[in-house]
Amino acid sequence: MKLITHNMLTSNIIKGVTKGFPLIIAPTKVEVKEVDFNPDFVNKMLTKIDYPALYQAANSVGHGEGLPEQLGDDVKDNTDLLKALHNAMLQVEVIEGDLVCPESGRKFPIANGIPNMLLLENEVET
Amino acid sequence: MAASGRPEHQAPPEIFYNDAEAAKYTSNSRMIEIQQKLSERALELLALPEDVPCYLLDIGCGSGLSGEVLTDADHTWVGIDISPSMLTVAVEREVEGDVILGDMGCGLPFRPGTFDGVISISALQWLCNADKKYHSPVKRMLVFFRTLYAVMSRGSRAVFQLYPENSSQLELLTQQAMKAGFTGGLVVDFPNSSKAKKMFLCLFCGGPAQALPQGLGTEESNTNVAQKFSKRQKGSRKPLKSSREWILEKKERWRRQGRETRPDTNYTGRKRRGHHF
Repeated sequence: MKLITHNMLTSNIIKGVTKGFPLIIAPTKVEVKEVDFNPDFVNKMLTKIDYPALYQAANSVGHGEGLPEQLGDDVKDNTDLLKALHNAMLQVEVIEGDLVCPESGRKFPIANGIPNMLLLENEVET
Repeated sequence: MAASGRPEHQAPPEIFYNDAEAAKYTSNSRMIEIQQKLSERALELLALPEDVPCYLLDIGCGSGLSGEVLTDADHTWVGIDISPSMLTVAVEREVEGDVILGDMGCGLPFRPGTFDGVISISALQWLCNADKKYHSPVKRMLVFFRTLYAVMSRGSRAVFQLYPENSSQLELLTQQAMKAGFTGGLVVDFPNSSKAKKMFLCLFCGGPAQALPQGLGTEESNTNVAQKFSKRQKGSRKPLKSSREWILEKKERWRRQGRETRPDTNYTGRKRRGHHF
């Protein structure tokens, strides 16, 4: 699971959970896989990304290098910063570990890079 | 789809798409080709802005065949599927997108306004099944479409290629989608052919009113009906079998059905030379 995906995932499909974001990452295995750098895409995603959550997630898996605590207005032309964001969003991958719902504490295991978001009968909103 | 009948009738999706079935999606070139063609058409129907990399969702992504079409078009995607075997194949094939194990009938676990577009190839009909005792298909459809509406950005589209079992399934799905706030409808490619016919449920998520795209092979058929009608009045008889007229008519019919047909030339329907007995 890439951190861009983590930035979009919530646990609000569980009955009784309202926001369910950001999910806490408890990683046991993290890898960095090379992905082609596309500045247009990174720029576009900046409008959708929840930056504090990305910053926190990147640091919690030990790959927060080059990321400022807060994003300024000059991101667009700052290639180094865009590359750091690209690295955090698309290259860092959690292979094994857990995602934990911040409200209910429900764990979603990540195995082989695939987060398991399946719910049980009594957790489904009806 | 297997010739032995509809897979939905055999087992729940997470059981049906086991390791053996998943392997077919990497080795069977016919299946791969069909999936790719459907995905390309779905992407076309999404009508995304040109040259802009988008963030897309693939529902029922399976082994990531449809995702590869998205990658080729320079988009980034996330896939969700209920079959662990299919997702394992996707990871083994090192697809570019991220894949998530999840059940669409339980809702989509994403933040509001996340995706610029959604595609789904041959997956939506599974939602019509009640595979567990506590499943209620209508409720699951509504939960699915409501959460889908939420996770899409305003004015974006969701395109579902699907194999509905009958018209009431289709009606039910459309009804629940409209209830969740979607507009749009069904696009049918090659409606005159039983084989090439493909259905796409095109849903629009808010934004300015959009016109439903035309299905392939529909415009042509309308003009042809008119042509045929005028011909009938003149001759009012079917052309003689294996005559040039008969061949042209048959080729026209094949084209209408989206089948591969040689172009019409001066040589169409002419006797071959060189047979002197």
